[in-house]
Amino acid sequence: MQEKSDLMRFIFGRLSLESIPYHEPILVWTFVAVALIGGALFAAITYYRKWGYLWTEWFTSIDHKKIGIMYMVLGIVMLLRGFSDAVMMRIQQAIAFNGDMGYLPPHHYDQIFTAHGVIMIFFVAMPFVVGLMNVAVPLQIGARDVAFPFLNNFSFWMTTVGAVLVMLSLFIGEFARTGWLAYPPVSELILSPDVGVDYYIWSLQIAGVGTLLSGVNFLVTIVKMRAPGMTLMKMPVFTWTALCTNVLIVAAFPVLTGVLALLSLDRYVGTHFFTNDMGGNAMMYVNLIWIWGHPEVYILILPMFGVFSEVVATFSGKRLFGYTSMVYATVVITILSYIVWLHHFFTMGSGASVNSFFGITTMIISIPTGVKMFNWLFTMYRGRIRFELPMMWAVAFMVTFTVGGMTGVMLAIPPADFSLHNSLFLIAHFHNVIIGGVVFGAFAAISYWFPKSMGFKLDPFWGKCSFWFWVIGYWFAFTPLYVLGLMGVTRRLNHFDDPSLQIWFQIAAFGAFLIFLGIMCFLVQIYVSFRDRERLRDTTGDPWDGRTLEWSTASPSPVYNFAFTPYISEIDAWTDMKRRGYQRPDSGFVPIHMPKNTATGFVLAALAGVCGFALIWHIWWLAALSFVGLIGSAIFHTFNYDRDYYIPADEVEKTEAERTRLLAQA
Amino acid sequence: MLMAGCNAVLLKPSGDLAVQQRDLLIICTILMLLVVVPVIVMSLWFAWRYRSSNAKADYDPDWHHSTLIELIVWSAPLLIIIVLGALTWISTHKLDPYRPIERISADKPLPPGAKTLEVEVVALNWKWLFIYPQYGIATVNELAAPVDMPIKFMITGAESTGMNSFFVPSLAGQIYAMSGMQTLLHAVINKPGVYDGFSANYSGAGFAGMTFKFHGMSADDFTQWVNKVKASPDAMQDAEYVQLEKPSMQNKVQYFASVDPQLYHKILTLCVQPDAPACNSLKPPKAEGEEGHEGGEAAAEPAMHHEQTMAGMAAPMPDEAAQPSSSDDASASPQH
Repeated sequence: MQEKSDLMRFIFGRLSLESIPYHEPILVWTFVAVALIGGALFAAITYYRKWGYLWTEWFTSIDHKKIGIMYMVLGIVMLLRGFSDAVMMRIQQAIAFNGDMGYLPPHHYDQIFTAHGVIMIFFVAMPFVVGLMNVAVPLQIGARDVAFPFLNNFSFWMTTVGAVLVMLSLFIGEFARTGWLAYPPVSELILSPDVGVDYYIWSLQIAGVGTLLSGVNFLVTIVKMRAPGMTLMKMPVFTWTALCTNVLIVAAFPVLTGVLALLSLDRYVGTHFFTNDMGGNAMMYVNLIWIWGHPEVYILILPMFGVFSEVVATFSGKRLFGYTSMVYATVVITILSYIVWLHHFFTMGSGASVNSFFGITTMIISIPTGVKMFNWLFTMYRGRIRFELPMMWAVAFMVTFTVGGMTGVMLAIPPADFSLHNSLFLIAHFHNVIIGGVVFGAFAAISYWFPKSMGFKLDPFWGKCSFWFWVIGYWFAFTPLYVLGLMGVTRRLNHFDDPSLQIWFQIAAFGAFLIFLGIMCFLVQIYVSFRDRERLRDTTGDPWDGRTLEWSTASPSPVYNFAFTPYISEIDAWTDMKRRGYQRPDSGFVPIHMPKNTATGFVLAALAGVCGFALIWHIWWLAALSFVGLIGSAIFHTFNYDRDYYIPADEVEKTEAERTRLLAQA
Repeated sequence: MLMAGCNAVLLKPSGDLAVQQRDLLIICTILMLLVVVPVIVMSLWFAWRYRSSNAKADYDPDWHHSTLIELIVWSAPLLIIIVLGALTWISTHKLDPYRPIERISADKPLPPGAKTLEVEVVALNWKWLFIYPQYGIATVNELAAPVDMPIKFMITGAESTGMNSFFVPSLAGQIYAMSGMQTLLHAVINKPGVYDGFSANYSGAGFAGMTFKFHGMSADDFTQWVNKVKASPDAMQDAEYVQLEKPSMQNKVQYFASVDPQLYHKILTLCVQPDAPACNSLKPPKAEGEEGHEGGEAAAEPAMHHEQTMAGMAAPMPDEAAQPSSSDDASASPQH
């Protein structure tokens, strides 16, 4: 490789043709596949002339319902990427025995396990969580939109740009080889001089802005925009869990931003916050990142607890057992989640008293979690349970998650953790709670709210196929890891010496294959449902005999959600309204004030993406230019006074009359 | 049971500390099963019993509160956690890796005046250096100890390494090996044998090959082993160490017949090359009039943690444990 001239270095920074990994066949074939699929998609959209539609109806939309759907699409697309990484790891670990180093060199393997963790947490689970809040929260509280609709669109695009940067690292340069939390000193310049960690930093910083703003947005929405009569203790449980999650987001994400900023200073300006020498201390990073990282776990799982509360009550045809204790359990978990972070590194050498304190606080969390479990059980008790897809996911969750909770408490006992820390037992545990809790919850929620978002139900046959492959696949994939953990096998190894381990890795790989079938069935389910949408159409707006306000609107809900703001007098407002023989108003409509679509969110996020890319590659002029553009566009947007419009009363009347007609048919 | 077919080392360890950790794990699991089993059984049973097609089952859509049930579902987990919490507090202190061991095994007390084998452990990219200060020898990627003799590991990482974790599952729990800091592990091996040891924390490309064998030996065999190491033509001085520090993967076992007695301390204080800026950064500003030690804080972390440990304990521990050495540059102020 010849030396670059100063001019070239100024223009392109660290970027050169050598940065394109054309010498790695796996990446080349991935690129070919992505290019073909992407090209086909691009061509199809162009052929059907849908770009304008996508731009005006979706990309620039500030409607929470559409933004919610876009988040879910982002999560599903990134799930495919994150899962591909998982499959590659499973194959590597199933074959790298007896001196065979497998097909992935450490350089590549280490990027894969890092990318898998980063993508699954930040770009699959988080979009699912924020997406579900978008889909359901405003409808559940009887609001017309979120508090800051433009911010909502901006948040979505920031998250997406973060995901795009991670994906770019596949084909331009490389991703971090540090593990998903990028512990220094491995993530410092001395051990990671290349662009991998910079991709990590900037994709998370940009997506983090989106998440933080979403948190603020929903916090304000839930606190300020509930329909009259909906006191805090009459809120649907999903909204309660969303409230707690957003409190966690607002309090925890700035810590992530801060710690990544300190790491950036180490890497870009030569400070020594976390280096081995000059007074730096990597353990400070480890503490800070987990002060964000542990609440993050609850940011993911709490909304899913909310989903299961809604699903179990709805499909048992019964009011949720112990609403009050469910709410208090959620709040207790929210608070406790801040004082357990040290359990992620008992083995750092803290004193026994410090370790005991954090071990015991961790165990205490299992009390409110156990209470929730019992509350769902007693909701089913004396219910009349309809085993539709969401309810199947809920029962699978209760069985799976309980086991994960138990192994979590085992890990919380410091002396036991000294043996189990960083082992595959730990990997099995957190997949047990994340797949068994967050993923099962997301699938329950998708099949539960899909008709509300799209106007038709998901096909149950393919959904059940997906369900069984996922659940059985989960147990095949992760039970062996529990066993391997007890055999003393640690995580992130790319080859093994002991041949007796191999059979367990092969079983795990088979489990991953079953999960692959589960994901494929899910995609088929979406395709089939879209194809047969007329057969699966929901004209009632209330396909499950729901209990909360979102089911009082049409499917899909009109742009304005509610023609008249409902008045709430009971928990399970919609059940209450149905019982009292609620009559939809059919006249007296007034114009409805709504926010206008805007391209600013997209533009700002795109500029942030360019700025991030330039910072990663040290293209300073481009970084400066795009940053100035970013600030300039934001200021420019503040002078845009054309932000709102009124939906005329007769249009509202027409929409509502159409719904009356459909309801009469149903 | 299920584990019969495989070698689940954590369930069949050979060192007393690991045995106690195993027992704790099993007791806690049984305690938790008291809640977990009923929950799983009830999930499946209720789901089946109250399925909509079962017309015989009661249906009570408005039943949503029962003070008695609420009381039980809050207090049952609470009781279990109280028991678990007490167990945790006691066992965490008793099995603290910084605490010198108090017995050889369940049926063998510690003989009075028992000698402790000291081993200085250094994690490098990507291999382990073991220094035996009492014997003046060093090895790479091979560790040995006589059975039933208390061992004290002093653990650190070389300057250019990521964080590793020193772990021999058969012997005892793991503890991080961090550059510029020292951690401690007290353990004992009860059965002769060859056991696996490795790094349990990802530290870069060669991490998967950071394995070594730990040999539990009879006293005689151990003496022979020491002699074998002493017969090696190699010595470990600063120059050899600098050579060893260079990143390398899948390293072979190496023996060093002699070792610079100050080497470990120089590694810990980042002073293998005395004029390196990192070395000076750990030294206190001279002539500030502050004499004496503040508990060996050159390796700031271990001393500090150790004090915390002592503060929370009924029985004080000998505090020599955390002193990296007695040399004069050990009283730098904490670096964090």
